[in-house]
Amino acid sequence: MAILELEGVTRVVPIPDDEPLHILKGVDLVVDAAEHVSIVGRSGSGKSTLLNILGLLDEPSGGRLVFDGVPVERMSAAARDKRRGREVGFIFQQFNLLPGRTAVENVATPLLYAEPKRFWRRRRLALEMLDRVGLADRADGLPSRLSGGEQQRVAIARALVRDPRVILADEPTGALDVDTGRAVMELLDGVAHDTGAALVTITHDPDIAALADRRFRLDGGVLHPAPVEALR
Amino acid sequence: MRALTSVYSVFVEAWAEFRVYRARVLMSIVGVAVAIMALTAIAAISAVSQQAVLEQIERGQGRSAMLNIQSPVTDKGEQIVDPGTFSEQIRGEFARYGIHYWSRQEGVAGMVEGLPPESSVSATLIDPSYATMFRTRVVDGSWFVDGDADRLVPGVVIDQGMWRALGSPDLRAHPVIHLLAPADVDAVVIGVVAGGDPRFGQLWMLYDAYQALHPVDANGQDQNVASWLAWVPPAHAAALKERLASDLSRLAGHGATTQIFQQDFQSQSGADPLIFPKIIGGAAAGLILLLGALGLLNISMVTVRARIREIGIRRSFGATAGRVFAGVMMESVVATAVAGVVGVMVAILALENPLVAGFLRQAGLQDVPAFPLSAAGLGMLVAVGVGALAGLLPALVAVRVKPIDAIRF
Repeated sequence: MAILELEGVTRVVPIPDDEPLHILKGVDLVVDAAEHVSIVGRSGSGKSTLLNILGLLDEPSGGRLVFDGVPVERMSAAARDKRRGREVGFIFQQFNLLPGRTAVENVATPLLYAEPKRFWRRRRLALEMLDRVGLADRADGLPSRLSGGEQQRVAIARALVRDPRVILADEPTGALDVDTGRAVMELLDGVAHDTGAALVTITHDPDIAALADRRFRLDGGVLHPAPVEALR
Repeated sequence: MRALTSVYSVFVEAWAEFRVYRARVLMSIVGVAVAIMALTAIAAISAVSQQAVLEQIERGQGRSAMLNIQSPVTDKGEQIVDPGTFSEQIRGEFARYGIHYWSRQEGVAGMVEGLPPESSVSATLIDPSYATMFRTRVVDGSWFVDGDADRLVPGVVIDQGMWRALGSPDLRAHPVIHLLAPADVDAVVIGVVAGGDPRFGQLWMLYDAYQALHPVDANGQDQNVASWLAWVPPAHAAALKERLASDLSRLAGHGATTQIFQQDFQSQSGADPLIFPKIIGGAAAGLILLLGALGLLNISMVTVRARIREIGIRRSFGATAGRVFAGVMMESVVATAVAGVVGVMVAILALENPLVAGFLRQAGLQDVPAFPLSAAGLGMLVAVGVGALAGLLPALVAVRVKPIDAIRF
């Protein structure tokens, strides 16, 4: 069953005193539950914009986005925010851990916006998730004291702590070395598979993209299917 | 349960922010606390200065409400009640209406042997309550008490100017001066009142003591006819004025009328004599508060700009715009409320201590006003208001920023 459906989605940004910038040009994409999809593309090809639209952080200029059967244009801003918190987990290239908070506090942060049942158990849930990504012993460490790989694992734990139905990873290995990146990606893939969440990964790295069930290339705002051999 | 959790989670978030950015929060708290302390202190100091001005006015015109009662007269202006009878009648009226503070007041020329020939003396004949009614401040010796009129040698109270002109005699030695007027008699100086000029001396003598030396004749032909003053509650002044005038006129009979007027400053129309301390105090407090609020706003704006990326990350977790707005506002309001409590407490501790009270009394203030609750309330109200206002702009900035732009910030 499709969790995300994009039909002819466009994104146009007006530029002062210039022609509008067409970032996405009629993107069609269907992502099923528990599916792993990767999207590759050059810098400026619109990958992050597409991810932000999928994650309800941005709105398409045209076309249609259906999130779990509900057209997004019917949702209010607050409803989009709540659905994003409940059903989408973000992983960023630069980790975006909150400074000054320990690993467990970072992982528990999304639960501040969760339903009461999860809010009151936020520390225990965060510790369980850290244990799942192999960082139970670093729960009270500050991000500044963690390695890049550990920080990204904390970010993965944070993205998964509310059991999202969609995980959106924007260059999740971009700030890591090759080995650490592969280890993190395998972890992410495994945890997503275990929880049944759909995983959409945006990457420059063909090897990381090759881990997905289906692969796409975004080129000049147009999305094309990309077989493994075409990624390189 | 959901609403309670939402409110509590905002506090949890605000507390985490405080923990992480405690230096910044404390800096903003210190700035506002100082502003609130200054505001509250100025409000209190304003109250003290208003009291000082009020006391100064009341030393000249009497405390509010001061009724000045004239002897009844006919329509031709003739007095028809002899002073002795009128004295009995009016004392009866005072007892009837529960008026405890009253005094006769009569100004007469004075002359004291031993003073330089160029100096003049004015004497006032009064009753013991006069000092309370006019806030007369005795700096040495004592004021008159009941029974002083029976002294064999009449007592007088003089001002500091005359006391110095007389060579600053030690009152413990009961110095005797010789009066040439209002009566040719020796008198004991029993007290010295603050202030005065050696060239224009002031002395006070009990009316009854003077009368014992110069009895009023039965026809009331004494040129010096005293006014009767009564200090009454301001709220009842108008009613008492009317009743006393009616009663005394009726007692006098023959269609006489009794003139009573209120002589204290509150009865006078025109500009508020306390307007200047009020304006100056208010302007200073407003300026300080404005500076404090601008400082807080500045810190808040800088902080929000520094936290935009963090706000974007929180939005990606599902924090709604309302939640972000509430969080930023909450931080500001809670911080300024805490600052307000600290500021008000410091102001109270600074002004409500024995040292300051002692200093104010030494400076001449009789009734050091208690720390005005209104000033404390104003301080807290303003603290929360400033927090809300200073938090509003950063909160709007935080809400208006797009999550995707914020994350990339």
